[in-house]
Amino acid sequence: MARSALLGSSLAKKYWMALTGLFLCIFLIAHLAGNLQLLDMSPEGQLKFNEYARFMTTFPPVKVVSYLLYASILFHAFDGFLLTIQNRKARPVKYAYEKPGANSDWYARQMALLGTLILVFLVIHMKHFWYEMHFGDLPMTVDKDGAPLKDLYTVVAAAFTQLWYVALYVVMMGVLAFHLLHGFASSFQSLGLNHPRYTPIIKNVGVFFAVIVPIFFALIPVWMFINA
Amino acid sequence: MGNMKLNLKIWRQKGPNDKGQMVTYPVNNVSEDMSFLEMLDVLNDDLVRKGEDPIAFDHDCREGICGSCSLFINGEAHGPGRLITTCQLHMRKFKDGDTIHVEPWRAEAFPVIKDLATDRGAFDRIQAAGGFVSVNTSGNLVDGNAVPIPKDDADKAFDAATCIGCGACVATCVNSSAMLFVAAKVSQFALLPQGRPEAKRRVQAMVEQMDKEGFGNCSNTGACEVECPKGISLEHIARMNREYLAASVTKE
Ligand code: HEM
Ligand code: SF4
Ligand code: FES
Repeated sequence: MARSALLGSSLAKKYWMALTGLFLCIFLIAHLAGNLQLLDMSPEGQLKFNEYARFMTTFPPVKVVSYLLYASILFHAFDGFLLTIQNRKARPVKYAYEKPGANSDWYARQMALLGTLILVFLVIHMKHFWYEMHFGDLPMTVDKDGAPLKDLYTVVAAAFTQLWYVALYVVMMGVLAFHLLHGFASSFQSLGLNHPRYTPIIKNVGVFFAVIVPIFFALIPVWMFINA
Repeated sequence: MGNMKLNLKIWRQKGPNDKGQMVTYPVNNVSEDMSFLEMLDVLNDDLVRKGEDPIAFDHDCREGICGSCSLFINGEAHGPGRLITTCQLHMRKFKDGDTIHVEPWRAEAFPVIKDLATDRGAFDRIQAAGGFVSVNTSGNLVDGNAVPIPKDDADKAFDAATCIGCGACVATCVNSSAMLFVAAKVSQFALLPQGRPEAKRRVQAMVEQMDKEGFGNCSNTGACEVECPKGISLEHIARMNREYLAASVTKE
């Protein structure tokens, strides 16, 4: 029964999907909390954000968590890819006439498509901000003590003066919203947590999370564009 | 005889290796009181009289308890309507002049034998892998009622045991996943004290067999629960998920 250990089986793949997905949900909250500082566009606000960015890229415990995060994203995408391949193989001949909307939500059936879009977005997003912060040639400013400080704020603000870039962010947050609309509650079910008393609460929290988090993320580029 | 006229588009496939195709059949004189299978009987009667090969489809009890009848009708397993099998689907659900698409269950694990009949032996093999309780048959049986069982658990185990193994859950799932069926068969024992001694081994063996048969993975879309003629709940899938998790983690 080697295959049914916590690695190869269909259920094991779903446990990892759910665990990495939930970890990414927690990350979203932390990331959002940091990003909301961008709404304060005053010089003090800019300084605070840049110091925060330095802290997030240099403080060792945060670095450890960030490696865990990169691994989670990669594994979530890889595992999702494996699951999707198997799911496709499980129905070699398609139905000629289908009415899937009669019994399930389109976004629940399109998790792989939504996830792939998120992955493409992540690559663009990380190239522009994460890569620049880590390896790029950033404009410099000074912190409170007069020491040199990478001016990520200016990079972000410049990016969000472009309408197409703002539009991309807003649309992609819509994609994330649908991924979470199914994904949040689904992960509890995958882990075996279904109870008549708690599942309705989990579902409501999931809807709230899936709507609120992407809205606040999308608000930032829109706000910076309007106030540029 | 009734007066509905229908336009049927039915999957015809001579055998397992034939490519198969949708074929159009007009049917007249359909009564709204007929079941869907009786309507197919009328069509088959016509075909036989004309010397054509009748359409093969599975059926047995014709009262919603055996799980034999299948058919993907107008894009839904067992057609429109909830908590029914195809033998319990009546022609009053359709209108005069309707076009109705009829296809077999589609899954790698349910190969077509002929026309609309599929081989659902994969379910039997999953069941044989662990879906039973090893009972002492030496003559000193324990009275089942001697073991106290909470009423709620007994009810849930019974709900799970109402699964008729029809395969609508697989047919309806975008991933052709068999999770609802397997979960029902795991739960009907997992909930009862008599099922506990073999619980870990059972869930592992049944999931392993399920994967071997080539069913897809569960995305929790919930389509199976909606189309299941017996209303088997997704709660059972969650129970199987935690049974399997616990069994895998504690396995020696
Ligand atoms: C911040 C980003 C993301 C978050 C918060 C997230 C979250 C989740 C959650 C909670 C689930 C539910 C797991 C379950 O059903 O047990 C899920 C499912 C899924 N995710 Fe993501 N995800 C993200 C990014 C991605 C990416 C980048 C991909 C792929 C390229 C992806 C592909 C999938 C797929 C295919 C599923 C469905 C798995 C299934 O139905 O079996 N996700 N995601
Ligand atoms: S769970 Fe429901 S749909 Fe699936 S085989 Fe059992 S009775 Fe049929
Ligand atoms: S023929 Fe037995 S359930 Fe339909």
